[in-house]
Amino acid sequence: MRVTENDVDYVADLADLELSEQERTGMVRDLNSILDYVDRLNELDTSDVPPMAQVSDCYGLEQAKPGSEKYAYATREDVPEGLRLSLPHEVALENAPDSDGTFFRVPKVIER
Amino acid sequence: MDLSRLTIDDARSAVQDRKTTALGLVEAHYARIQKEDGQIGAFLTLSKERALEQADRFDRMAAEGKPLPPLGGVPVGIKDVMSTRGVRTTAGSKILGKYIPPFDCTAVARMEAAGAVILGKMNCDEFAMGSSNENSAFHPVRNPHDLNRVPGGSSGGSAAAVAAGMAVVTLGSDTGGSIRQPASFCGVVGLMPTYGRVSRYGLIAFASSLDHIGPLAKTVKDAAIVLRTIAGRDPMDSTSVDIPVPDYVAELDKPVRGLKLGVAKEYFGEGLDDEVRQAVETAIDKLKNLGCEIVPVSLPHTPYAIPTYYLVATAEASSNLARYDGVRYGHRAAGVKTLSEMYRRSRDEGFGAEVKRRIMLGTYALSAGYYDAYYLKAQKVRTLLTRDFEQAFGKVDAIVTPTSPTAAFRLGEKSNDPLAMYLADIYTVTADLAGIPGISVPCGKTKDKLPIGLQILGKHFDEATILRLAHAYEQTA
Repeated sequence: MRVTENDVDYVADLADLELSEQERTGMVRDLNSILDYVDRLNELDTSDVPPMAQVSDCYGLEQAKPGSEKYAYATREDVPEGLRLSLPHEVALENAPDSDGTFFRVPKVIER
Repeated sequence: MDLSRLTIDDARSAVQDRKTTALGLVEAHYARIQKEDGQIGAFLTLSKERALEQADRFDRMAAEGKPLPPLGGVPVGIKDVMSTRGVRTTAGSKILGKYIPPFDCTAVARMEAAGAVILGKMNCDEFAMGSSNENSAFHPVRNPHDLNRVPGGSSGGSAAAVAAGMAVVTLGSDTGGSIRQPASFCGVVGLMPTYGRVSRYGLIAFASSLDHIGPLAKTVKDAAIVLRTIAGRDPMDSTSVDIPVPDYVAELDKPVRGLKLGVAKEYFGEGLDDEVRQAVETAIDKLKNLGCEIVPVSLPHTPYAIPTYYLVATAEASSNLARYDGVRYGHRAAGVKTLSEMYRRSRDEGFGAEVKRRIMLGTYALSAGYYDAYYLKAQKVRTLLTRDFEQAFGKVDAIVTPTSPTAAFRLGEKSNDPLAMYLADIYTVTADLAGIPGISVPCGKTKDKLPIGLQILGKHFDEATILRLAHAYEQTA
């Protein structure tokens, strides 16, 4: 068992998840089973292989252009309204679970 | 009118020629949904007001004798991971159970601009995480071919609705096979375009380097019409690429004679059901009879695709789903005293088991001390998987495989074993990882009358060739 209950607690904390006792036990079992399975990646020697983060790095670019100029098509002028108008204030608040009409309202931020 | 066979051109020309009205088509579909969907469960929300308004617009256009746009008056469904202004969008999750987006997804806006009438939002696995649609927080979807079986996932509602004649076409999303696998299970056509071909603006993000939007349709031609409608650069999505969009429909009838088709033994190994193998081999023979040359190719890293996928996808998901915090929109737990308690309780109450599992796995794979061993390792193997395809496509024009190792399985059959469920995507995740396009087209049925899918994979931005092959194959069936 490489993932213990303590690890699960630690990761749940990082992920801002509160897990019940039952969920925690299940998570230990599932994570270990999945990690055992992904271990097969270690059969491959990848010491000379570059990591791939984005597919679009592979194509659609004029490779002759240096650095960020390759991606020039994806940029725009830095202007106040950008590509579209901002949402009206009241529209932006419509889905808020709690607001005072001007701001989103949340519980106390500083705990004591 | 037989709704189960109604295609885009059928619907559009019926409205154009005043044989029916767009309003009549919408009402006929809603009547069918009323009758069938209680059993199937494909829809989560109906957008009647928006549909009727749109239908009226194109009825008036037809009445004035003006030519309708390519989807004029055609009733469609949208997977509930795509934002629709004023229409509830849940991503199949309780955490977005009441969310009403203030804007439209670009793909949705382009469909509507081309005349499509949006009937409603399609059920799916929560945040598109699943291969059976059983992870929907609302209700599962049942396969119209056998109500005891799953429709596949995560675009299960999108596939089932097309199969049951409850929508002419639908949009789905594919991160590991979520368009192609349900298309295969439900006996419809499902197309995942190249990464960058279709804007994801307004798509609720699962794994941003893998998410794609594409159509589920009754025919390959319908899939081509929809792709032509939604493809192309969108300044609102910086990953959408500025490459011209060909006329996919006009390309369909070009001959397939002489095209080289790769067959990789890695897609016909252990775990492949015999009936599926037989159907796919028969389909390959038919393509050969059409004049295609069959060429053996090797994709040696295929066995590593699922572990690579589940590290990359979950890592990205753990980051993308951090935004659900109960502050600006979405579920907020009641009776909480502090901000951090609010985050935790809201997420605990709002997310389902599979979503939590993936957030946990992804957070673990990115956490200090494990990043190199898991996430970075997976990104490197992703390079190897992509190189496999680059090499194969040096020799062939397309690669043919089964879409899924089995036909539709039973509800509950895999729901307690996450790994077994993940393996349902074994033939589809590779294309997502490499960013290449893939299509699933029906290729016969099992003796239990369950549909089987043939998958055709293509080169980056070469949807035209896989559509052409799928279309040619479809004409032989």
